[in-house]
Amino acid sequence: MSKPHISIQNLNVSYEGHHVLKDITLDIPEKQITTIIGPSGCGKTTLLRSINRLIDLIDGVKVSGKVLVGKTNVFDNGIDVTDIRKKMGFIAQMPNPLPMSTYDNIAYGPRIHGIKERKRLDQIVEHCLQTASLWNEVKNRLTEPASKLSAGQQQRLCLARALAIEPEVLLCDEPTSALDPISAGHIEEQLLTLKKDYTIVFVTHVLRQAKRLADHVIFLYLGELVEQGPAETVFYQPSDPKTKAYVEGVFG
Amino acid sequence: MKLLTEDNAVNTRRLKNLVASKLMFSTTIVSGLIVFIIAFTLFQKSTLILTTQPLSELLFSSSWHPWRGEFGFYPFISGTLLVTALAMVLSIPPSLLMSIYLAEYAPKKIRGIIKPMVDLLAGIPSVVCGLWGILLVVPLIRDYIAPLFGASTTGFSLLAGGIVLAIMVSPIVISISEEVIRAVPHQAREASLALGATKWQTVKHVVTRSAFPGIVAAIMLGFGRAFGETMAVLMVVGNVPKVPSSLFDPAYPLPALIANNYGEMMSIPLYDSALMLAALILLLVVLLFNVAAGILLTGIKRRLAFG
Amino acid sequence: MDKRKLEENFYKILMIGSTLIIVGSLVSILIVVLFKGALALSISMLTQTPKGGYYLGKEGGILNAIIGSLYLAGGATFIAFITSLPTALYLNEYAGRSKLAIFTRQSLDILWSVPSIIYGVFGFTIMVYLGLRASLLGGIIALALLELPIMVRVMDEVMKMVPLKLKEASYALGATKLETTLNVITRQALPGVLMAILLAVGRAVGDAASILFTAGYSDAIPGSLFDPAASLPLAVFFQLGTPFPEVQQRAYASGFILLVIVLSLSIASRLLTKRFMRYVIK
Repeated sequence: MSKPHISIQNLNVSYEGHHVLKDITLDIPEKQITTIIGPSGCGKTTLLRSINRLIDLIDGVKVSGKVLVGKTNVFDNGIDVTDIRKKMGFIAQMPNPLPMSTYDNIAYGPRIHGIKERKRLDQIVEHCLQTASLWNEVKNRLTEPASKLSAGQQQRLCLARALAIEPEVLLCDEPTSALDPISAGHIEEQLLTLKKDYTIVFVTHVLRQAKRLADHVIFLYLGELVEQGPAETVFYQPSDPKTKAYVEGVFG
Repeated sequence: MKLLTEDNAVNTRRLKNLVASKLMFSTTIVSGLIVFIIAFTLFQKSTLILTTQPLSELLFSSSWHPWRGEFGFYPFISGTLLVTALAMVLSIPPSLLMSIYLAEYAPKKIRGIIKPMVDLLAGIPSVVCGLWGILLVVPLIRDYIAPLFGASTTGFSLLAGGIVLAIMVSPIVISISEEVIRAVPHQAREASLALGATKWQTVKHVVTRSAFPGIVAAIMLGFGRAFGETMAVLMVVGNVPKVPSSLFDPAYPLPALIANNYGEMMSIPLYDSALMLAALILLLVVLLFNVAAGILLTGIKRRLAFG
Repeated sequence: MDKRKLEENFYKILMIGSTLIIVGSLVSILIVVLFKGALALSISMLTQTPKGGYYLGKEGGILNAIIGSLYLAGGATFIAFITSLPTALYLNEYAGRSKLAIFTRQSLDILWSVPSIIYGVFGFTIMVYLGLRASLLGGIIALALLELPIMVRVMDEVMKMVPLKLKEASYALGATKLETTLNVITRQALPGVLMAILLAVGRAVGDAASILFTAGYSDAIPGSLFDPAASLPLAVFFQLGTPFPEVQQRAYASGFILLVIVLSLSIASRLLTKRFMRYVIK
């Protein structure tokens, strides 16, 4: 594997009495698309959200273990969580535009991190919307509320918004599950292009999607890591019988 | 409906049902009409003065000499507006800050103690607040605040009225704002935090934006309550029929005018009609604010439901 | 990052400060009134009426105000209750979503926010028209107007929560609307109805503006509906402004009793709400 960008060591997460992630150790390679697959409820989303510490928002969550991004453990005591999150772009399952105009949605990230000049913000907004292939559709409606866009457009907006903070990693939590096939296709295309510049971690429960996109695969089952490795290996020559059963569609 | 049955009991039951529903219908109709009857009565009684004096003079003249037949409401209208505005200025910033604190920052235990306390204290009777005003606020102004600004006053002033009113109105604003803020869906918060915003930035830019209409409604309801509040303000505001020229001057709001003069009403011609007009104005203003706030609140509820 | 942290800490200080000021002021009201009032309390204060002349009377207590308030609140609650219960039942079970129901609910919501002095003015006008003088009856009418919207709307909300399947069970057995209403709805909603009553009474007992013109004031306990009646809020109001400390003491004592009554009612209705909620959500 090329140099791992993110290294997870002995990660355990539990909340409300459920032990959701059990002793997870794995590596996520740089500038590739890593998909996390597995049946519903097995901890994929929790794993994803551990990387940018969105799990901090859960009441009563308990975490042990390390998540190393480069050399830094995101769970270290001295760490400023907002710095970590700035390095990670996050796209949720349901599009969640901020209650503002399209322009402001994209500009929000840069603004809160200190960029004020209008010109620079304009450049950032245009660039990100271009990359998310949304620019042509919204360039004349930048000041309209983002809530007026269609679901597919909103999700591309969320992608653009994530890109605007210049992250190193893109974390995607089933980003196309609420979209129609054409919009979903758009998002997938963008991600395939973006992987040359960003490390992408992509959660999905749709095997076919995983097969289309993945360079590297992580298979979780009931909170445990079952198998990880390059896509061809995991999909076509899996070593664990559970993996074999899953990718052949027996369960999940 | 066929009542051709041998069973008398059934007939009696049906009859009871019918009579009862007619009775209930009438109480419902009466209840629904009361507010209109009140408004109509006030209007009726105001017509006398409305027909004998030009409305512009009633509203804008400062000369209040009822025994001479002069009824310039301006000092009272401005008194009401000033004391209400002052109360809102004093109350809104701390109330909103407190709402944000309770909704976003306060630990569960603290919220669990303070929130019920605030709700409880919303029910403190007006005269009790007035009592507190006389015992605490008036001397505070007279002995500490006014000298700070080089003014001398009895303490019974616009400022006293504003402070007491602000405390009375705060629980309403806080209670509603806090709920509206809590109701902001977590997806919006999550999106902001995921971009690396701090909690405060999230609150400042995203949460308050979403909660804004609800907060405005809360403030308008507060306004409505402040306008109509009578006793507490009456007890501390000085009651001099002149437009106050400073915070330390006494003022004379409309409700106080009505409350103070009902006794004299009957002896001077036109006086009672004038006071009815004052009551009518008060009623209409309060109604306006409350109806507007109500519309805003239902609009928000609908918006949040379709999120 | 430091700048952002600074801003956040700055506002945190403001927020906590605001909380302290507001909570502190509210608590100071309680402390001041309860303290001064407690000092003024004595057995004679509670069991005697003022003697020897209106404002100048230096002896006696506030029994006139206590009994007066009780009569006023009692009478008003009775009238409001017999009007509001049928109305709430009608709105829920008979009128449903009809225009009448929407209209009545809106109208009562508006009525709820009317300043209480308007009730006083209205009541006074009616009394003059009917040739009545300021009396217990007048005060009762004004307070009943005050209590009505509160009772109806709260009962209404509470009855809305009666589960459909209970009502269905009753109808399926062939019961009339009246029978279902009386046996099922009222029984299920009983704690909520009590809560509505407590809420309304709490509001009425503390109100001064509505009874200022209509109930009058007197040093004696009213002997009939047509006698003027003292009340705790007006006892505070009228007796505070005198230069005689003995009379002022009565004002403080009245304030104390009033506050204790209102807070107890408030706490009681809260506890009922909690019990009711647990009861309903099966």
